Amino acid sequence: MKSSDTKPAGGFRAMARRMTADLVHRALIQKGLSGYYSKRDENKARYQSWEGARELAAQIKYDAVNHLDKMLVEFADKIAIRGTQVHWCPDGASAREAILGIARANGVKSIIKSKTMTSEEIHLNEALEADGYGVFESDLGEYIVQLRKEPPYHLVFPAMHLTRGQISDLFHEELGSEPTDSPEELTMIARRVMRRKFCGADMGISGANFAVADTGMISITENEGNARLTTALPRIHVAILGIEKVVPRLEDLALFLPMLATAGAGQALTCYNTLFAGPRQPGEADGPEQFHVVLLDNRRTELLADPEQRDALHCIRCGACLNVCPIFKNVGGHSYGTTYQGPIGSVITPHLRGLQDWKHLSAASSLCGACTETCPVKIDIHHHLLQNRRNAAKEKPVWWERAAFAGFVVLMKSPRLYELGLKLGRIGQVFHPLIDRSPLDPLRAWTGSRAFPKLARRSFREEWRKRKR
Amino acid sequence: MNGRDIILGRIREALRRPAPAPHHHGHGADGAGSPRDWLPPVGESFDERVDLFARNAESLKATFEQHSSLESAGRRIAEVAAAEEWKRVASHSDPLTDQLVAPLAAAGIVALWTDGGYEAPALEECDAGITTCEALIAQTGSVLVSSAGSGGRALSVLPPHHMVIARRSQMLPDLHAALLAIREKSGEAFPSALSFITGPSRTGDIERILVLGAHGPKKLTILLVP
Repeated sequence: MKSSDTKPAGGFRAMARRMTADLVHRALIQKGLSGYYSKRDENKARYQSWEGARELAAQIKYDAVNHLDKMLVEFADKIAIRGTQVHWCPDGASAREAILGIARANGVKSIIKSKTMTSEEIHLNEALEADGYGVFESDLGEYIVQLRKEPPYHLVFPAMHLTRGQISDLFHEELGSEPTDSPEELTMIARRVMRRKFCGADMGISGANFAVADTGMISITENEGNARLTTALPRIHVAILGIEKVVPRLEDLALFLPMLATAGAGQALTCYNTLFAGPRQPGEADGPEQFHVVLLDNRRTELLADPEQRDALHCIRCGACLNVCPIFKNVGGHSYGTTYQGPIGSVITPHLRGLQDWKHLSAASSLCGACTETCPVKIDIHHHLLQNRRNAAKEKPVWWERAAFAGFVVLMKSPRLYELGLKLGRIGQVFHPLIDRSPLDPLRAWTGSRAFPKLARRSFREEWRKRKR
Repeated sequence: MNGRDIILGRIREALRRPAPAPHHHGHGADGAGSPRDWLPPVGESFDERVDLFARNAESLKATFEQHSSLESAGRRIAEVAAAEEWKRVASHSDPLTDQLVAPLAAAGIVALWTDGGYEAPALEECDAGITTCEALIAQTGSVLVSSAGSGGRALSVLPPHHMVIARRSQMLPDLHAALLAIREKSGEAFPSALSFITGPSRTGDIERILVLGAHGPKKLTILLVP
């Protein structure tokens, strides 16, 4: 879905307006999420204390992120012991180059992928395809959006904006399958296609949910089994992960794996949580000959350099903040135009891709705080949106905003001017209906969807003076 | 300067300004303690844990059976093989599986042993994969398998029915215990892959409706033997 406006802010506004009016979309998202809410609450209630678990998770992530240099060195040294090659990539270009280099050096032809948002972030598929490699997304939702040539709609549920009818039509056109309205049959169609790809691919590319420092392992969370197959059958496995994914100890996963499942999908634990410590070891039946770990910075260190918002690097990409966000549920995932959608995406995208181009996302919030309240690692999400607004205004002041606030200050400091303003306002509102919601209306941003509150006939001060007499 | 030095340099520069410690709101945790203090309780006795595992398995749509002897488990496998009309079965060599899989040959079922390597398409054609495991986890109803001890990475995920044979002594209370056990058993020589399997493969990617058997097994059966 291309937006007509190339500027991120204009594109966001245009698409958000269109999606908000799309009642079919709204009903689909609400129905999809209603099951999530009840399963999530059911599983949270089983914890001895979900709040206690959140506090411990936040503390562990705080310790890891604030000692990130030591953690990463320990992780990289430990995982290298068993024959893993670690690639440190300061930006997207160097990560793409590293992965292309591995593919070229090994005569790779066909590549199978399991879900990785980090590869979306660096536009890896485009780079691999431009170099002539066949690249197949194996996660069902990712495969569907890949066939539609669309970015994922949601961090965790990439195709939740589509109906089974749309998916059936897509499979019919692209794969020649018989139309069906059964989600099970549609899943089996994709399963059969992917089985052939898994057996034929030379290289598997995955993401990672956690990197364990003290044992040198990565951990991948999934439900479908496609990440298991991506990492089992091809002769090369490449895992790409952001540098913030590290946790200090193996035992920390006893907390994070269940919390990720509950916050992200409403499950007690996802179906497969797999730890990878290296390529195929002596005596093992299968597994890749080569295992590469690509550690990506890509401006995460700029977020790290902002102590006020450093906790945004605690994010475990569970998507819980998207699922509760009133803005996300109405504008939908594609409106954001970002790799990471929803509240957390609105916080981190200005750091990763430029504050001035993405500051409009700080306003894509009702500041209700539902995101902060639901975050399993206690990121102060809605306050960071306010901080981004402040930082954007400070970095590049807008002349009319400054003039308007300067005028406001003068008005509020002078009782006489304030009263005069009220009087003029009362006269003005008599004539406002003539231009209400028209292009001439200076209040159109407000009145477009709401009635403007009326000024009282007499102000409190006037009433007070009258009664004292 | 190489990538490692660039990234570590940026991190050290960034961390020169300290971040405020996380706020805690007096839920008693204050960011301390062990995950065990907060996660779902697992019960004290062995029997409670087996019951918890059984309840979890049921809600995950896995099959969990306790058998009083290896012979009884073997009969069960033969019954399932007949009911599902297995033609090929895959397994790996282990005292438990050797005893339970070999008799299937009498029913004309061809066995593929993954030890020492195999062809992926041959494994893909198998009707079931039978493995041992590293542990069972009562808290979550999970089976822990490893690339070293459970016949490789693909055996437990490529065939459409995964059958697990577990000893009673392998029942552990929670993930924490399982992770500690991995560390104790391996030293630094970890198997290349370890997987917590929690129910048969599933997806909700189409309208958030649950479908079993997305890319991995459609069925998961766990047989507990003495």
